[in-house]
Amino acid sequence: MTYSEGDGGVSGQSLMFAATPLNMRNHRLQWLFRALFGLMTLILVVPVGIIFGVLLVRGGPAISFEFLFSYPSDGMTAGGIWPALVGTMWLVAVSLIASVPVGVAAAIYLSEYAPDNWLTRGINLAIINLAGVPSIVHALFGVGAFVIFAGFGTSILAASLTLAVMTLPLVIVATRESLQAVPMAFREACWNMGATRWQTIRTVVLPNAISGILTGVILSVSRTAGETAPIMFTGAAFFFPFLPSSVFDQTMAMAMHLFVISTAVPGAPDELKYGTALTLITLVLLMNAASIWFRSYLRGKKKW
Amino acid sequence: MVATDVKLAVRDLDIQYGGQRALSGVSLDVHEHEIFGIIGPAGSGKTSFLRTLNRMEMLHENMTVNGSIVFDGHDISEIQNVYALRRHIGVVFPLPVGLPLSIYDNVALAPRLSGIKEKSDLDEIVEQCLMRAALWDEVKDRLDALGSLLSGGQQQRLTIARALSQDPELLLLDEFSIAVDPVTTMRIEDVLKELKEEITIILVTNLVQQARRLADRTAFFLDGQLIEVGETEALFRGEAKDHRTLDYLEGRFG
Repeated sequence: MTYSEGDGGVSGQSLMFAATPLNMRNHRLQWLFRALFGLMTLILVVPVGIIFGVLLVRGGPAISFEFLFSYPSDGMTAGGIWPALVGTMWLVAVSLIASVPVGVAAAIYLSEYAPDNWLTRGINLAIINLAGVPSIVHALFGVGAFVIFAGFGTSILAASLTLAVMTLPLVIVATRESLQAVPMAFREACWNMGATRWQTIRTVVLPNAISGILTGVILSVSRTAGETAPIMFTGAAFFFPFLPSSVFDQTMAMAMHLFVISTAVPGAPDELKYGTALTLITLVLLMNAASIWFRSYLRGKKKW
Repeated sequence: MVATDVKLAVRDLDIQYGGQRALSGVSLDVHEHEIFGIIGPAGSGKTSFLRTLNRMEMLHENMTVNGSIVFDGHDISEIQNVYALRRHIGVVFPLPVGLPLSIYDNVALAPRLSGIKEKSDLDEIVEQCLMRAALWDEVKDRLDALGSLLSGGQQQRLTIARALSQDPELLLLDEFSIAVDPVTTMRIEDVLKELKEEITIILVTNLVQQARRLADRTAFFLDGQLIEVGETEALFRGEAKDHRTLDYLEGRFG
């Protein structure tokens, strides 16, 4: 006889296996909690499905080669999103170039080198707090630090650095967690062989932490592409119908463009807004999917 | 015993973990080309003792060590290049550590770290070390497979092969046979008996009989104290000076 978890498995045979009232109660509870958790999962999935469904139905028809690769026209009430798409890619790329090396290096220091003292603990606390700072505060910091003080003006560079500061905690925390998931015994084995800390990190720790580090990078890419506030005052233009030629140019960006046509352009057709939103979300999902695929590819190669 | 025969001289060794004493006042000599057994119940300071020998205490923040350890005539606390010291001392842990590298790379790692690059040299070291660790026949056709996916007993032999790949003068074995089946244990024990012609071995073990089979001399640790050191056979013949050693050897406690 097979025991199935759902039915309580209490249909009596001999007395030895008969269900006691306690058994019955446990089985009822078990069923109740299973249903409850399942329901919560459903509640979680439904809005995601609805959002994506609505975007597909209402924005889908707007998506065309024309829409993706042409400039906005008629005061942004027609045309495409090409400069915003390219701008977002610039912002993501430049901010990754800034945040990934700094974040990964800092995480390696904190996890592998730093002594466990009040200073290290303080720094860790500060990093976690940095992750909780509202993005508009990052935006104002970016204006002060990069646009004005560093003299970058409103530019891709200033906006990307602001985004980088905002996503640094994500990269650091994810990297640190994945470094610490590498068993201590691996490090000790290397040290015992006379390896320096750096040799140990290079040969054993990093190769096994890389998939976790990538997860952090994925998260930061999604946030970078989707944030509006930090770039609004630092480098994203309301309307800038050219492709940027260097990091000192202003640029349009998907998230900003969506915000602008939704709130500041009377008469922009809904189709345009839904199309832009759909493109943005698809872009993020594609990047995530690519990184997840790459991550599982790496994970397949390394196992312990 | 002539002075030159002493491979390792330990004097008044104290080990503390943040004020908690793990070992105190240990003095002993380990001779060249012997297997030196260390027995004692859990928490008696055996592993802490091994850790200090290659200065791993540097990597444990609250661990402090006092006393002197002289290895091959050098006080190890004065050695600047601890990496070189560690290369001379191979360590095998209780639980196997197959690094998530290929079997070949596991064994070639230490030689590579010390600067050997020539493929033919590495091939030779890998084959020789795997052979000595009684693993070669089982893995010679799949040296590219991941070391961390071998069975527990194979991983332990891989760990031993890796320790040998450093070409150590002193080999520290910390309860190496915990995760290994009896047959493999016997094979490794045979290897150790051969190895002692070339190197010195310190064997920490919970198996009193293993100490009897292998060790020339044996030290008994209890609660952070060295109770006594003696010829293994003499100890087992009941000639231990301390009654606690006798009790332990005869299984009356611990």
